[in-house]
Amino acid sequence: MKKEDVPQQGGLNAGAREVSYAVDSNGRYILESSVGWEAKNIALSQAWEEIVDQLRDVIAAIKAGKKSPLAYYMVKSQMDPALLAQYCGIARWRVKRHLKPAVFAKLSDSDLTPYAELLGVSVERLRTVPDEPPLTEFDHSEKENS
Amino acid sequence: MKIDFPHRQFAHCESGVTANLFNYHGLPCSEAMAFGIGAGLFFAYAPFIKINFLPLTTYRTAPGSIFKKTTRRLGIKVARRKYRDPKVAEAELDQLLQSGRPVGAQTGVFWLPFFPPAYRFHFNGHNLIVIGKEGDDYLISDPIFEETVRCSAADLLKARFAKGALAPKGKIYSIEKMPERVDLPEAIEAGIREVCRTMLKTPLPMVGVRGIRLLARQLAKWPEKLGEKQTILHLGHVIRMQEEIGTGGGGFRFIYAAFLQEAAEVLQNDKLIGLSQRCTEVGDLWRDFALTASRVCKGRETVQDSFDGLAAQLYQCADREEALFTDLRAAIGR
Repeated sequence: MKKEDVPQQGGLNAGAREVSYAVDSNGRYILESSVGWEAKNIALSQAWEEIVDQLRDVIAAIKAGKKSPLAYYMVKSQMDPALLAQYCGIARWRVKRHLKPAVFAKLSDSDLTPYAELLGVSVERLRTVPDEPPLTEFDHSEKENS
Repeated sequence: MKIDFPHRQFAHCESGVTANLFNYHGLPCSEAMAFGIGAGLFFAYAPFIKINFLPLTTYRTAPGSIFKKTTRRLGIKVARRKYRDPKVAEAELDQLLQSGRPVGAQTGVFWLPFFPPAYRFHFNGHNLIVIGKEGDDYLISDPIFEETVRCSAADLLKARFAKGALAPKGKIYSIEKMPERVDLPEAIEAGIREVCRTMLKTPLPMVGVRGIRLLARQLAKWPEKLGEKQTILHLGHVIRMQEEIGTGGGGFRFIYAAFLQEAAEVLQNDKLIGLSQRCTEVGDLWRDFALTASRVCKGRETVQDSFDGLAAQLYQCADREEALFTDLRAAIGR
């Protein structure tokens, strides 16, 4: 890659600039600052769209009474029951049970504390679910394209 | 308390950490040089290992190995520790900082607040250097950022004890003693020989040049096997592994080309200049592949034609790399 070909296509990196290796006019390698590249931006935003899709699905499942609100926070932090169990020090089978609405409804505040601490939200908030996935949290593209 | 640490921004975390630590301890070293001596260049496609629920494609060796190999090859003495108890891990880090020593740490990206939100995935092989503590904040030299950053003690502890694949278990490392003199040419040659060996001779079908061909074969089957949505996700994942923050572009091939250019001077070997140019060309091919692939992702085309085309691009990368590393080994000799 030549120095002048280092792409400068801003995207999802919230203003952070990274460096790319490129060749200058004398054929020497240099480090050139870059704000992003189209190919990367597409791949990255696609990964986030997928998470937003999953969040939509899980919200629908919770509203339909098939899953507990904990499922929403699990998906939001890109975890599966196994990873969530490891983080909270709770057995995986118990985490899976907590994903059931009927079981979740009976959980005390102290049962939910490990989850709340890990995810940095209050216990009350763990019991509620938004109507729509929080798009703004992931999508920084508009701010950065200026 | 803050160590006077010269922060330099680089493309890749671990080779950047290695180079910056060497530099601090009195051995001027570029990132490319650390990457080359540490034999960081690699390829593997391991569909049975999942990252973010998708198959692992990697263009570099396992986290930790670059630092391990560079220090070993240069005869640098290192102190390394993992922990079970986060409290002990934090106390020992503070102690090392108090004694004035910068400390490298392996962390999970997901918990680091100074990362752009869009990059915060569960990837646990990220390296950074802790260079001080002010109140409840750690001061950090993370080589992929322009400036040093701050991170609260609670967040850093979470990141050091991230769970899942490649869990860091609080791992920290620092340099205990630099050698009297280093044998740079010998270390460079050892690094080059290792890369040639892993890329050409690993007796596993998913590693090295054979791994690239395996990916090409499998990728051509994705549209039929996985359905549209999964196919696009799989392809996007390959691009991210190749190009996202930390690879220096072209799946580390450009960093390696820069290393070969430096090595040519140290070894007084003009053949390496030509090989560096060829490595750049291979990097350009990988970039072309990523660009085509991203357009397929964006256009949501899962038509077989575009996937056959992508596979052909990968076969070309594999052929060129096979020739490159064969000639590279010959240029180094032995």
